[in-house]
Amino acid sequence: MERPHTGSVIDGFTLGERLKAGGMASLWHATHPGHPGPLVVKIPVLDPGADVSAIVGYETEVLIHKRLSGPHVPRFVASGELCRIPFIAMSLVAGESLADRIKQAPLPFAEVQRIGIAIATALADLHRQNVVHLDLKPENVILTDKGAVLLDFGLARHAELPDLLGEESSEPMGTSAYIAPEQVLGERSDPASDLFALGCLLYQMACGEEPFGRPKTVPGMKRRLYHASKPLRVVNPQAPAWLEAIVARCLEVDRGRRYADATKLAFDLRHPEQVTVARRRPTAGERSLGKRLVDLFQKRDEAEVTGAPTVARRRAGPSLVLTAVDLSEGPDALAAAILAETGRLLAARPDSALACLTVLKTEIIGETKTVDAEGRSLYIGRLVALKDWARPLHLPEDRVSYHVIEAVSAADAILRYAEHNDIDHIVLGARSSSAVRRHLGSVSTKVVAEALCSVSVVRVKTGAEA
Amino acid sequence: MRIAILSDIHANREAFEAVLAAVRRLEPDRLVLLGDIVGYGPEPGFCVDAARELVAAGAIAIRGNHDEAAVHGSSGMTPNAHEAALWTKGQLNAEQSAFLDDLPLTVELDGVLFVHASARDPAAWHYVRDLRSAEACLAATDAATIICGHTHLPTIFYARAGREPVAFIPLRNVPAPLSAVHRHVVVVGAVGQPRDGDPAACFALLDTQAREVTMVRVPYDSQDTARKIRAAGLPDWLGLRLQIGR
Repeated sequence: MERPHTGSVIDGFTLGERLKAGGMASLWHATHPGHPGPLVVKIPVLDPGADVSAIVGYETEVLIHKRLSGPHVPRFVASGELCRIPFIAMSLVAGESLADRIKQAPLPFAEVQRIGIAIATALADLHRQNVVHLDLKPENVILTDKGAVLLDFGLARHAELPDLLGEESSEPMGTSAYIAPEQVLGERSDPASDLFALGCLLYQMACGEEPFGRPKTVPGMKRRLYHASKPLRVVNPQAPAWLEAIVARCLEVDRGRRYADATKLAFDLRHPEQVTVARRRPTAGERSLGKRLVDLFQKRDEAEVTGAPTVARRRAGPSLVLTAVDLSEGPDALAAAILAETGRLLAARPDSALACLTVLKTEIIGETKTVDAEGRSLYIGRLVALKDWARPLHLPEDRVSYHVIEAVSAADAILRYAEHNDIDHIVLGARSSSAVRRHLGSVSTKVVAEALCSVSVVRVKTGAEA
Repeated sequence: MRIAILSDIHANREAFEAVLAAVRRLEPDRLVLLGDIVGYGPEPGFCVDAARELVAAGAIAIRGNHDEAAVHGSSGMTPNAHEAALWTKGQLNAEQSAFLDDLPLTVELDGVLFVHASARDPAAWHYVRDLRSAEACLAATDAATIICGHTHLPTIFYARAGREPVAFIPLRNVPAPLSAVHRHVVVVGAVGQPRDGDPAACFALLDTQAREVTMVRVPYDSQDTARKIRAAGLPDWLGLRLQIGR
């Protein structure tokens, strides 16, 4: 095939200006009469005599990209046959590359938070489609006004496809600054690896440094299995404690201690006030000499250090449960039944988290009461009641959060909260049936009809009406 | 071209009928019966007659070791298989035996080689169940893709010159891609006696245009077959294993 240039026509795609050239591929603006809108054509560098791994990588990328959809990946348009003209055509994503933005790091923390939420949301969507990216880095993230878009699935892994690329090399595949410890050891199937990379990005955005540098050798990359990065607030003392706590949880070497899901990470970034911050940070200097000597001589097996794959716990149950409970008339039998159902759902998965929500009704017209007869804040009163309601679950601080929301419509408030926080499962109660309720419609009816996730409706069982 | 491939029917009428109903819905261009139409199961006569009708209508049928044993007697089989082969031989009429005896060992179609056990010495019935045996199978032919059965364990081996093949266990009802830079050995699961822990009948749908192969699973009434196995006086284990897919 002749060398592609501006004006070349490949399978009906007319190449425009060249975007950039990497080592593995060149990228071109492109148009096609059959595919409206601006496009990008990616042409892999597959010179005769090129490493066959590159061809396997191209084939893998096509197989994975064409199975992906949604707002967080460029829309796949077409690909060329390998033996004829290999290329991938996709929609052009207009926005700013994180690679440009991160040059200005340290970024304002509100910005780090916003970008972090956007990337975590994009990863959650990717992971839901059975794909692990495995090469999350600034160059592969485009920030748009509608969120983050992830590029380049050349190293990605689809859980339902054979990993032909992984068998091509015994060397770790990824980018040394962001690669997860288990990935350094050759493991290529764990969504938790992407959360480690996102932890590296958050760290770099917040302080301007990569947490593990850019080692050029495999032993250099392996250092992260045994040596933690400097805590974020040692590098940038201005960084908030909650951000340090979130980053530290992403950078756990043991996958079992990392965030359970990208949705939970996004949730914590959205609700920093609910993040549990360790009261004191143990530093290397504080560890006893004896313990350090033991560490030195008892190097544990590498695979043991990175922990068990997180896939099984992901399948065990929902990661984020939202329970909505009506406490306006005090705790009652329905509230107790909702609590029991919530407990059963959370028991399915030890690393799931619960968001408890109660709605403080406000009036559309007229002044809403914010204090009760004795002048106490209704908001605080409801929050206390909510915590009291959840107490029998005995959840540790980092598994539960409490939200009192003022709203006119309880159903709308629950739906909005669930969608905004990417909740996996909603639990709420339904009062026993009555003619008025059937006529007006209930909160649970509306939530069941409009929720984007599973909903459990709890009702107190009664005998038949006489 | 879309090709439905049915392997290891093993005289299991209920599984065979359920699979044929599923195949009719998929409307493939070709149908291949990949051997072992009989053996183990209680209805060899019915299954051979059904196979003959399919062949008369354009299907390809290949010989399996149990088809051979039902005509010429068994050698080197497990005691259960041996007992079932003797029983099967007594059940078949002359026409049915002649049909099985005439089946070819291999057929090539569109660059794809169909064989019951392995391309390496097909009449020796080698199992393709690990990387070594997959390599040996590939080395014995120039065909880019080999489709076989015999192990009752659905697997795809992806191979590339100078490298160890990669084994992949395709998921039920999820198309697995075939690579343009690899050769493949596709081991099709069994219609009539699955052994991968999933008791549902298995057949393969190969799409040569889309370069995909799907292991389609079809649940059927295996208790009914087990009851017939017991009634025929065949070893009990042959009925039990159908219920657990082992």
